[in-house]
Amino acid sequence: MTKLFQLLVEGLGQASTYALVAVGFVIIYKSMRVVSFAQPGLMVVGASFVVFLATEVGLSFYLAVPLAMVLTAGVGLLVERTTLRPMVGKPVFVVAIITLGVDVVLRQIVNRYVGLNLRPIGDPWGLDGFSLGGAQVQVRHLVMMTVTSAVVTGLFVFFKRSRTGLAMRAAAADQETALAQGVSVGRVFAISWAMAGALAALAGVFVGTGGGVDQQTWTVALKALPVIIVGGLDSIGGAVIGAVIVGLVESLVGGYQADLFPFLGQNFNLVSPYVIMVVILLVRPYGLFGTARVERV
Amino acid sequence: MKLASRPERYTSYEADSALLNTPAKRLGVVVIVAVALLVPFVAEDDRVAILSDAFVFAIAAIGLNLVTGYAGQVSLGHAFFFGLGAFTAAVLGGEPGGRTIGYGLDMVIWLPAAGLVAAAAGLLVSPAAVRLRGLYLAIVTLGLVFLGEHLFREAKPITGGVGVGRPAATPKLLGYRFDQPGLFGLDLSGTQKTYLLMLVFLILAAILGRNVARSAVGRAFAAVRDRDIAAAVIGVNLARQKALAFTVSSFFAGLAGALLYVRTPFIEPSAFNLGLSVQFIAMILIGGAATISGSIMGALFITSLSRFTQDLTTGLPALGKALTLGGFFSIEAVQTVLYGVLIVVFLIFEPRGLYGLWLRFRNYFKSWPFSY
Repeated sequence: MTKLFQLLVEGLGQASTYALVAVGFVIIYKSMRVVSFAQPGLMVVGASFVVFLATEVGLSFYLAVPLAMVLTAGVGLLVERTTLRPMVGKPVFVVAIITLGVDVVLRQIVNRYVGLNLRPIGDPWGLDGFSLGGAQVQVRHLVMMTVTSAVVTGLFVFFKRSRTGLAMRAAAADQETALAQGVSVGRVFAISWAMAGALAALAGVFVGTGGGVDQQTWTVALKALPVIIVGGLDSIGGAVIGAVIVGLVESLVGGYQADLFPFLGQNFNLVSPYVIMVVILLVRPYGLFGTARVERV
Repeated sequence: MKLASRPERYTSYEADSALLNTPAKRLGVVVIVAVALLVPFVAEDDRVAILSDAFVFAIAAIGLNLVTGYAGQVSLGHAFFFGLGAFTAAVLGGEPGGRTIGYGLDMVIWLPAAGLVAAAAGLLVSPAAVRLRGLYLAIVTLGLVFLGEHLFREAKPITGGVGVGRPAATPKLLGYRFDQPGLFGLDLSGTQKTYLLMLVFLILAAILGRNVARSAVGRAFAAVRDRDIAAAVIGVNLARQKALAFTVSSFFAGLAGALLYVRTPFIEPSAFNLGLSVQFIAMILIGGAATISGSIMGALFITSLSRFTQDLTTGLPALGKALTLGGFFSIEAVQTVLYGVLIVVFLIFEPRGLYGLWLRFRNYFKSWPFSY
């Protein structure tokens, strides 16, 4: 029982990271109909900013994180203005590959900064944990869960209540009509990328807590791709629920697979998100909460 | 009857849809093949080796172009089929009695088998293409690459495991060895012989790919890509065509995977990763989607890119210093950044890729002096 509880907490902690990256993906998809493969790059850019600000410049961690989020939002904005603005109207697949190219470039720059060693991110809690009814609970997982819940709630309120959120929802539903109503769709694109950058930075901070940032950190963001597919490409709530499903499955498989299904090999939990994705897509080809596109001739 | 001044006046369907339908094309192909045959005798072995690898990647790129460029089914999983072909060949053609499984068979057996096993895997994956569209299909094929990586990591008797790897198939075709020097009295090195073998296979693959593209199957692929519901309405069986597209492209990928390791006879299972899939996509996008010559140009371009940047930075040290920002970036980092930037630049400015650049060049001279 304690093992199950521990696995659940770890799974939810991982799910928070995935949720943040996935929500970033979904926000960009909703506005531009493009899956931005640049999210892993933005994530490690954000993490590197925090490493720089918290360890080299010496700012407090709690100040470094929001500042890094703002800086990464700026990077996202820059990427959108330079590489994606000229591609409005081009086929979606082409734009997705452009974001892949951007990701390659961003990661090379980050790798040069990070170097070969694990760079600590300067978080004040590290790998501290405490015992809760016999189970070991890590502080960082609790922090991840609370911060992500707060951020996701904030996003929901933003989209439902604020004028900008309304504008973004309108642009996501129908760009031409939104333009006719006076919504600046170009600004919506820019804000989507800035938000995705900030969320990716926060996710990067979470991935870096407890251990550090190194040249392999970006692969964590790749697991957010099954999350958005499971949840549905255009549903923010779906992204969060998908993240919870994928995080929990990954954690439970990691804990129990060695005993129950040893023939699947070691570290099967690393590919279990993709298996879940395929299973769910067989049943619901647009993800759990994605809107089915009506295909016309 | 043919008019020399009207090369594109075709008087029969066969002439119109022929592979080399203008005299310029015929001459061009003869010249290119002649140059390609002469290269190993004038260039050093390491450049010949790069070209040999480029030819193998071109075979895989042709396969990817058939499924993604012609049939419109985005496949980010090409690296998986490539790896499957490589390991099938290694198992069937590898030395028996080592740490990993090997049967020591001839290339006549392991090469087609590699293609067929990869094609069977492609056939198994194709129902996903029927059910899913666009980006969903792309991400599922991405998942295939990760599943494949996991499989290759765990199947140690076949692959040797990460970081260890295994020896590849011995390249003997009907008993004749391609990795050892000597050819009927001519003193050719193993690399040169491998290059010539790959050139032959590339020409065969290109003809095969082009024939698929200009046949009824190719037209069905294009219909599926452009308006699949309309295609279904006029009687194109979508499930069948998508299955065919994936099967054929995976066959090419499997062949290429088996052939790549003729030159460097050691396979490491972590080589078949997302980066390799992205490289194939880059080859067809930079070369030109939905064209066979574009796949070849893209493969040559991408494969020679790293050597090219190396030559550039040693030949023009000022440029080298500028590119590496005065030594801040390593040369490998510059190569990767250049690769990413090239993808972005080509897609923004010339979406038809290198083939599009060639078309612009050719049309300028074709329509001269009315080139505006």
